[in-house]
Amino acid sequence: MIKGGALIAAGLLAAAVAGCATAPAKKPAIRIDEDPYRSTYVRYPGAATLIRGATVYDGEGGRLDRGDVLIADGVVKAVEANLMVPDGATVIDGAGKFVTPGIIDVHSHLGDYPSPGVASLSDGNEATAPARPDVWAEHSVWPQDPGFSRALANGGITVLQILPGSANLFGGRSVTLKNVPARTVQGMKFPGAPYGLKMACGENPKRVYGNKGGPSTRMGNIATTRAVWIKAQAYKRKWDAYQKNGGEMPERDLGMDTLRGVLAGKILVHNHCYRADEMAIMIDLAHEFGYKITAFHHAVESYKIADLLAKEGICSAMWSDWWGFKMESFDGIKENISFVHNAGACAIVHSDDANGIQRLNQEAAKALADGRRAGIAISDEVAWTWLSYNPPKALGIADRTGSLKPGKMADVVLWNGNPFSNYTRPDKVWIDGALLYDSANPRLRPVSDFELGQPGEGDTK
Amino acid sequence: MKRALLALLLVSAAPAAAETIVISGGTVALGDGSEPMPGGTVVITNGRIVAAGNRAIRIPTDATMVDASGKWVTPGIVAGFSRLGLSEVDLGADGTTDDSASGPFSAAIDVAPAINPLSSTIAVNRADGVTRAIVAPNAARNIFAGQGAVIDTGADMDPITRARRFQFVELGETGADKAGGSRASAHVLFRNALREAAELRRFAAPVSSSRGREADPGEPIVRDPNESRLTGPDARRSDDVLLTRFDAAALVPVLQGRQYLLVHVERASDILQMIALKREFPALKLVLVGATEGWTVADRIAASGIPVIASAVNDLPASFEMIAATQSNVGRMLAAGVKVSIGMIDDNDTRYLFNERQYAGNLVALGKVPGSTGVSWGEALAMITSRSAEAIGMGGEIGSLAAGRRGDVVIWSGDPLEGSSAAEMVWIDGVRQPLETRQTKLRDRYRDLQRRDLPEAYRR
Repeated sequence: MIKGGALIAAGLLAAAVAGCATAPAKKPAIRIDEDPYRSTYVRYPGAATLIRGATVYDGEGGRLDRGDVLIADGVVKAVEANLMVPDGATVIDGAGKFVTPGIIDVHSHLGDYPSPGVASLSDGNEATAPARPDVWAEHSVWPQDPGFSRALANGGITVLQILPGSANLFGGRSVTLKNVPARTVQGMKFPGAPYGLKMACGENPKRVYGNKGGPSTRMGNIATTRAVWIKAQAYKRKWDAYQKNGGEMPERDLGMDTLRGVLAGKILVHNHCYRADEMAIMIDLAHEFGYKITAFHHAVESYKIADLLAKEGICSAMWSDWWGFKMESFDGIKENISFVHNAGACAIVHSDDANGIQRLNQEAAKALADGRRAGIAISDEVAWTWLSYNPPKALGIADRTGSLKPGKMADVVLWNGNPFSNYTRPDKVWIDGALLYDSANPRLRPVSDFELGQPGEGDTK
Repeated sequence: MKRALLALLLVSAAPAAAETIVISGGTVALGDGSEPMPGGTVVITNGRIVAAGNRAIRIPTDATMVDASGKWVTPGIVAGFSRLGLSEVDLGADGTTDDSASGPFSAAIDVAPAINPLSSTIAVNRADGVTRAIVAPNAARNIFAGQGAVIDTGADMDPITRARRFQFVELGETGADKAGGSRASAHVLFRNALREAAELRRFAAPVSSSRGREADPGEPIVRDPNESRLTGPDARRSDDVLLTRFDAAALVPVLQGRQYLLVHVERASDILQMIALKREFPALKLVLVGATEGWTVADRIAASGIPVIASAVNDLPASFEMIAATQSNVGRMLAAGVKVSIGMIDDNDTRYLFNERQYAGNLVALGKVPGSTGVSWGEALAMITSRSAEAIGMGGEIGSLAAGRRGDVVIWSGDPLEGSSAAEMVWIDGVRQPLETRQTKLRDRYRDLQRRDLPEAYRR
């Protein structure tokens, strides 16, 4: 529809120009293509598959012991006990195994900071000015990053959000990907997923720009951020009026387009912010300018304001136990995730790391155990919401993936044991119903172009 | 008066005379590679292990009894390669990092004086069952990083188990960078350093006949070379030297085989260069650090007898020296007969040593993945306890529950290789350790966010 829209708009422009000499009527507004790098992802074929007799976490907090999961036509068909085997379906014995929705990582730099970590491939921070909302992470993603395959095979990651880095107050647009190897980033893009805007507060921007013209302080960070939003509001007013009334097209600004999208509620804000006091300031700032923060990322101090985050409906994307690597992470505690969950706020386990993304289930297990020791009762199946259901909520795609409800995308992991154990690995991973990793089948281990013809090609990793 | 007070403090810091602690009823894993045994007993007397296992053990009547029923008991974790205690905050916190130095010295640098036993990083790792750590300096201006120590994580002001236990040198990608941009240059620098050390060796005290055996545990293998006769006026040197006298003198014990030489290399070809070096200089007590591509030349490492301190779960071609990275590296090297322990090499080495048990668990997990090579549970635990100690010749002192080892014992809520388990009681040298940290105090302060009569700052 949008594609057609661009063509129609061009036609209207031609008509308007042609009619200009005879009638003084206002020119109708040109429609801007909001999705010029659109997804070309098409799901791969998958056999109708029935996994029988596994322990099933449905992703929304439900659990089924000795449950059956049927996937076909790219979607989840049924999750019940004792399902009939449909004609021609592949049957997999799930006894002693677990089935969950695929893990969704809301914070990854795969492709933008790929392996090998050499300068030529370091494309995650446009650290040339503190406000670069004009850059789009997808334009940096190298689809051949071997990290994608590790996240799939070892981590059971089926969907992930690639964010620009946090050097900038406005880091640019994020992109949500299906973790399916492709020749182009467009071939990985999650169809129809809303864009995100990466913002950052705290130490990183002031450290990066302290000697490059500022901001050099936290107050400078906030002042710059507010000044940019003031411009964005004016831009939005101008463009809203233009699109409503037509007339002379205002000058287009890529960064402002993104911020206008945020103010219109179409683009979701992912705010890198560690400290509780700074999160509270960012919340007020968001209210001041009329946008919503979808999630705070690296929110190591969320536990100090979990009540506020619950009230505001803001997710916290957190590590289980990272702390102390800089001042703003000095107060990290191992109960953070559980405390946030317990306050009724949205808790997400994220990685920000090409290694950590391979073990998010184990990270959740640590956080869960620490929470229980602190007296918070959370079941395993409810804790799984931190991995597969809350993340797509923060990405605006929870209606399509993240839980095993009939009709949703068959992004599914069969684990060879309890996924909250360090002794467990993905046995099989399906994305949109296509079997893309099978631990028993060496032909189903993706090998990136970079690794082809190199030592260790096709090895278990 | 002053002297009496000091004596009193010393006594109170040491384990009480003839104190015996008996931990019974738990699942005991010795840390020596053997599998865990239910219903085991561990006996610590005067700060040392005197017995451990599930056979009948005679228990003194005045012993302190600890019931570990339903729990697991292991030696404390020995972090195989770390920068623990050198850095309070890693980034942007002036004055809190002591892990590298761009001053004039390299090999002479000794990390021991930089260790802060009150660092929160030590407390947090102690609370998670890490009782000892191998601490290496970071290379700064030279391929030689300096001399590393073995420390304990006890809540006292004496962190050093052994100062100057090893010299640490970079000879892979980082070494090339430090040497001006090529591995070839790094190798020449390295050989020249040995030449300069050899020149000074003539003035060194003769190596004692006890070489190869464990020295008196209370005695460091290497006395501070800065105080030795190597730096005195009689020890003459050639004019064409690159190292300072202190740095050259510090390498004499390496050359004599009195001090371990930990070499960081990852690439298969770099590993083979080290094996060749060992043939050329048989006295060197070489230990490979990293060895991500070790599995591709595992039989040759095994034949050389050189131990490896490896990253457990490196599986990304994070650099061009790690192209063949796989989590099976450790298992495959072990299967080939290489002595392997686990360290945190370029991996959150200042504060996340507690992740070593997660990594060890992951190596066990590989056993269930077709095509992967895992390790047994007992071996996985050994790789973060006794094998770490053995890599630097301290297996007789720490890292297992064998009789005579230091009384470093942890009681866990469950299987220690599971992330869901936690350390519940920790002893170091037989001294029960506090497990409270900044983190547990923050947790308790903010457990309940309800407004009270006074602000949160009054809760502690």
